[in-house]
Amino acid sequence: MWQAIRRWFDPSDLRAVGRTPDYRFSLANERTFLAWLRTGLALVGGGLAVAQFLPPLPLRHLRETIAIVLLLVGGAVAVRAVDHWARTERAIRQDEELPASRFPAVLALVVGLGALLLVVAVLAGALGQR
Amino acid sequence: MTGTPPGRDPGLQPERTRLAWRRTALALTVVAVLALRLALAGEPFGALVGLAVVGVWAVALRVCWRRGTGSGPAPTGGPALAQAALTAVGLALAGLALVLHELW
Repeated sequence: MWQAIRRWFDPSDLRAVGRTPDYRFSLANERTFLAWLRTGLALVGGGLAVAQFLPPLPLRHLRETIAIVLLLVGGAVAVRAVDHWARTERAIRQDEELPASRFPAVLALVVGLGALLLVVAVLAGALGQR
Repeated sequence: MTGTPPGRDPGLQPERTRLAWRRTALALTVVAVLALRLALAGEPFGALVGLAVVGVWAVALRVCWRRGTGSGPAPTGGPALAQAALTAVGLALAGLALVLHELW
């Protein structure tokens, strides 16, 4: 695990593998990483916004829970983005298949389920007030 | 259609990558501002976290600026990517610290 983390920061280690590809592939890989990083940042930003702009919800600590979950998922997306970038770069250099990943599907399900739960919470709050 | 000037690839890949770094810098700044606002609400612990947020943001902005400006062939890979991701993790941790501190 430590070796993988070292590889994220040390480009020379990555450049020792395989042969240098067409730079456009590396740039495309880098842009994909940046898009994932912005996705993670959006989740972190969402968590920070929930913590300070959302009025207290009918359920105790629901607001804090939403904020914490968003912050954790956002951080995880950022870490996974570097790891996936490094593994993709390795695969490109070695002329192998790109790494497959379940992560996008899992993230989509988590975000979808979270949104659904919030809809239920908002509806319950609105009906409870009447 | 006009041809591509010599020394530039038809997909404008270096330019697109530079713009992606700039967008990331903007996103980082928005998140840093949100974190700072949350931090300033609760002192004195919040002030400490706010100071850390500003420091992390400044370092990350320098990294993004280096990759987002210039002309000609763009550098690829390197530690900048991990540094940018670490910044996002740092901002998330700052948010977690603030929310948890507020709870207890």
